Amino acid sequence: MKHKITLKINGESVTALVDSRLLLVHFIRENLDLTGTHIGCDTSNCGACTILLDGKSVKSCTYLAVRADGAEITTIEGIAAEGTNHPLQKAFHDQHGLHCGFCTPGMIMRSIDLLKNNPNPTEEEIRWGISGNLCRCTGYNNIVKSVKQAAEELQKESV
Amino acid sequence: MITPYINTYKIMIPSNFIYHKATSVKDAIALSQTHGEEAKFMSGGHSLLPMMKLRFATPEHIIDISKIDGLSYIKEDGDFLKIGALTTQSEMEHSSKIKENYPIFSDAIKLTADPSVRNVGTIGGNIAHGDAANDQPALMLAMRAIIIAEGVDGRRSIPIDEFFQGFYMTALEPTDVLVEIQIPKSKKGSGGAYHKVERKVGDYATAGVAVYLQLDNNGVCQEIGIGLTNVSAVPMRLERGEELLKGKKITEDLIEQVGVVASEDCEPTSDLRGSEAYKRSIVNTITKRMLHAALERAKK
Amino acid sequence: MGHSVKRKEDARFLHGKGNYVDDVKLPGMLSMVMVRSPYAYAKIKSINKEKALAIPGVLAVITGYDLAEYNLHWMPTLLSDTQMVLPTDTVMHQSQEVCAVIATDRYIAVDGAEAVEVDYEPMQAIVDPFKALDKDAPLLRPDKEGQKDNQIYHWERGDRAKTDDVIAKADVVVKERIYLPRIHVASIETCGCVASYDKDTQKMLVYMTSQAPHAIRTILALVAGHVGLSEEKIRIISPDIGGGFGGKVPVYPGYVVAIAASFLIGKPVKWIEDRSENLVNGFARDYHMDCELAATKDGKIQAFKVKTLADHGYTDSSANPSKYPTGMFSICTGSYDYEHAFAELDAVYTNKAPGGVAYRCSFRVTEAVHAIERMVDKLAAKIDKDPALLRLENFIKKDQFPYASPLGWSYDSGDYEATLHKAMEMIGYDDYKKEQVEKRKQGKLMGIGICTFTEVVGAGPSKDFDILGIAMFDSAEIRVHPTGKVLARFGTKSQGQGHETTYAQIVAEELGIPYDQVEVEEGDTDTAPYGLGTYGSRSTPTGAAAAAMAARKLCDKGKKIAAYLLEVSEEDIEWEVGKYFIKGAPEKCKTIQDIAFAAYTNFPLGMEPGFEATHYYDPPNMTFPNGAYICVVEVEKETGQIDVKRFVAIDDCGNIINPMIVEGQVHGGLTQGIAPAMYEGIEYDDEGNVLNGTLMDYLVPTAVESPHWETGHTITPSPHHPLGAKGVAESPTVGAPPAIANAIIDALAPLGIKHLDIPITPAKVWEAIQAHSKIE
Repeated sequence: MKHKITLKINGESVTALVDSRLLLVHFIRENLDLTGTHIGCDTSNCGACTILLDGKSVKSCTYLAVRADGAEITTIEGIAAEGTNHPLQKAFHDQHGLHCGFCTPGMIMRSIDLLKNNPNPTEEEIRWGISGNLCRCTGYNNIVKSVKQAAEELQKESV
Repeated sequence: MITPYINTYKIMIPSNFIYHKATSVKDAIALSQTHGEEAKFMSGGHSLLPMMKLRFATPEHIIDISKIDGLSYIKEDGDFLKIGALTTQSEMEHSSKIKENYPIFSDAIKLTADPSVRNVGTIGGNIAHGDAANDQPALMLAMRAIIIAEGVDGRRSIPIDEFFQGFYMTALEPTDVLVEIQIPKSKKGSGGAYHKVERKVGDYATAGVAVYLQLDNNGVCQEIGIGLTNVSAVPMRLERGEELLKGKKITEDLIEQVGVVASEDCEPTSDLRGSEAYKRSIVNTITKRMLHAALERAKK
Repeated sequence: MGHSVKRKEDARFLHGKGNYVDDVKLPGMLSMVMVRSPYAYAKIKSINKEKALAIPGVLAVITGYDLAEYNLHWMPTLLSDTQMVLPTDTVMHQSQEVCAVIATDRYIAVDGAEAVEVDYEPMQAIVDPFKALDKDAPLLRPDKEGQKDNQIYHWERGDRAKTDDVIAKADVVVKERIYLPRIHVASIETCGCVASYDKDTQKMLVYMTSQAPHAIRTILALVAGHVGLSEEKIRIISPDIGGGFGGKVPVYPGYVVAIAASFLIGKPVKWIEDRSENLVNGFARDYHMDCELAATKDGKIQAFKVKTLADHGYTDSSANPSKYPTGMFSICTGSYDYEHAFAELDAVYTNKAPGGVAYRCSFRVTEAVHAIERMVDKLAAKIDKDPALLRLENFIKKDQFPYASPLGWSYDSGDYEATLHKAMEMIGYDDYKKEQVEKRKQGKLMGIGICTFTEVVGAGPSKDFDILGIAMFDSAEIRVHPTGKVLARFGTKSQGQGHETTYAQIVAEELGIPYDQVEVEEGDTDTAPYGLGTYGSRSTPTGAAAAAMAARKLCDKGKKIAAYLLEVSEEDIEWEVGKYFIKGAPEKCKTIQDIAFAAYTNFPLGMEPGFEATHYYDPPNMTFPNGAYICVVEVEKETGQIDVKRFVAIDDCGNIINPMIVEGQVHGGLTQGIAPAMYEGIEYDDEGNVLNGTLMDYLVPTAVESPHWETGHTITPSPHHPLGAKGVAESPTVGAPPAIANAIIDALAPLGIKHLDIPITPAKVWEAIQAHSKIE
């Protein structure tokens, strides 16, 4: 059975007909061709699929597309205007916070929510804050440094 | 929750179902009546949808109650703290009222799943599932919560001691919607704490203990509730332990005794998280620590 | 070189524009999903496709019988064993592929998979590798000619008689059975491919999560050549890969089925593993090692003996160089100077997933180092000597290199004492030792653990190393454009190691062309020079060396062009990175850009035009990185909870290309080291069911479990490598588990606990404490 949904993706309005059981992550990757959001597991553990839904980090593999009707979704492709970088993107680059890049979009989307709720987190708070996002390559040290740099940058911007 | 073997050919796609969006509680109840046994309510969906993706649950109808207005609130009203069932774990985590006056929730929520799951998972959902591995049931038992359900015959109050009835079974009828949780309001002398031992952050409890108590002006324990997580098939209260403390000044010696009682009365099973003996020992240790922690908060 | 240049490849990953296999979409692409066995050992009585095929959108169900028509139902493994692509009568491990459903989209394919009806007759699985060698154990591989039991092979190295003799006469002997259980690489991207056969051109294009695309191409040509897939018609593209760690080296049955499906149907077929398939279909480690270490009463090591039982699952599909069925395990003699050693190994079949994968271990070096480093600590405990002092007294000395190890390796260089001293200084070893004395008086459990390891990486010299016969060289092709910019292609394949940056740095270092004007490409077998891929820390020892050598060829050609342009003879030309000048008259010079342009426009008569060089580098030897890691833990007696308070890792990987990337590799490897030390281990029950086959129960560390790593370096260049570099990425996964295990066991020493196998979990600690308090 198909449902009509209308939602905002990275600022643009989108209308689509989706099956009840279509997962939001597949809607984003297949229907909208936004493949920056990744799939890394089947039990909601890895966080590679993390996006922002109405401003909050959500694991899109555990969310029905049909339920996202009326929502505002931001994916990695939409966090900065074309040709510019979000402070987190800059920080991950500066601090070598990525190796293979597969967990990175989810990590960054999660960090946006983390910093919104806690603009000046300690190392421990960052580690707990990204505990739902797994990385196998980096050993997390530099991801923590990246989030810290972005936190400083964002605080300067808000002043 | 028993960690099931994965039937290895079932992959992360749910089987087909029909989706219904409930616009109100009455609407949800009506939809449930219409579709009967094959319909399930979904609030946060972070317990149900994972099971559907592995095809352990294959409901033919999903009634989405997450969009119902007016079921997400945290307010003190009269003698109670009233929490709307659709309040997310995240909203509880960031509520200053909760952090200041009901820190036992903060203890539990910090250890529940991870921040993104908490953005979607609801307090009501964590309880309605009837899962002894979830963290909230132990808190509800310890705090003597009252569950408000709305069904075909209207609203009713279910005292927590009548709520958990069996393995994944609660007092909720299939057509009942859990709408509100009521906790006795915190006052001077009340204090609670929760901790669970887990294999890694975000895991279900190897064992967890919730303690909530009320001291009078003389430091005598007037009310005490102790709830245990994931060491029984049904969320359980440590009644025998509570009896040892009620009406008394809580001493080190009594705390030791309650720890032993906790280890004896719980019913853990050996599994990937550890042996039965190990879990009983953890329950003992954590019960004592939570009694200390609750006492300290009560004395503030 | 030596600069922490930020990575050139970051932009696309940060913007969500990476191109991973699951991102590939081709017109008409179909989806493939595997039906897998719920049983560890069962006969297949029938497979009924009817209900599946009746689902609209399901196009085909491919079984072993279908593949058997083309003789594709079995394939060779890298170690001359055979592996089922799809079974025709028996399944041999839980989650083995049984048949494949092809459908128009993934959701329908899953419905199709569920609708396939397979009638199994389960049999009693063999799960315990020791029982696999019982006289009355069922024969698991009757399909193998001449196979009489479940032993795959016996291997040994060293002098058994002499070693036994030395051990028998020694003052002190410590013994232990050490088990390293199965673990999984669990890269965040699982394995998969998109196979696309074009019936008109007869070309097979496969996008594949592969660390070694050329090797895959050749293997496919050998395996499927008889159905018409010849090597020039096969193109493998490894696009961006989300982590490899050795798990993306094997040829998984899923790839072969997808390729066969596309070949038969003539449309692209995508197959992507789900995580719960991924975790149970391969493994690393699974070595049971009986170790004996003999020493004088003062702790001078005299001999080491190890007998191993290796559980390979139902077939030996390990990814090892063919002459090394046990990988580099014979480096188990360690960083110490002594003469006598003997190692033997029996490999057996069981009803488990086949393998093993060389998971960031450089082919069994993790097992080897764990064995020797645990035994050295046991020796220290037995004679009550400080473990650091014991190691310092036994180390191979700096002036003893190249050092011939008791089991036949020639270690290239190292300064083990300096490395350990640096680690001790950085962590404050002496202070922690004092603190430990105090804490023990208070009944607290505090432990300090050391691991000093020698690794062997960079496979490898052609006389000894090959994968299915193909020598393990690697290659670089450097092409300089007329405007002086560079395109450099390699036979290696990065899965996150930063080659687009590090290789560019090397070209920049050698030729003086800025690194941001060097484009690096890997992974497309149609364009990249032939190479054996990236694993075993081999890219720096082989690929980077090839880059340096190719660059030097260009440099030599450039000299001739410079002489021509400056109208002097070649002997009068000097080179300073980036430019050629006349000896004694440096103002008369030509830049490398001038030379590049001239190579196309104004070159000496008779010279071959163009400015391009390729080098296939056959390494003369392996390289031997080493390290000293120290870990401090506190254990809580009541609960067994372990708190890692400090971890210092000092690595010596020779000359460093990019310190930032090296540090990042060390962090990542350390987290993949604490994982098996404390959290990960694949568990089976007696029926061969995998008990923790999802990320809910296979405990991959989060940022909370992963400590704040402290790292540092010593530098002893490799004497034979053109850049003096050794490779580093696997050292931390090798060195961390023994350091952590040694620390936890040290913490528990006052309670009489002498050994624990990893993963050392709080539950395991608690049980050990209970068991030992009963003894008293």
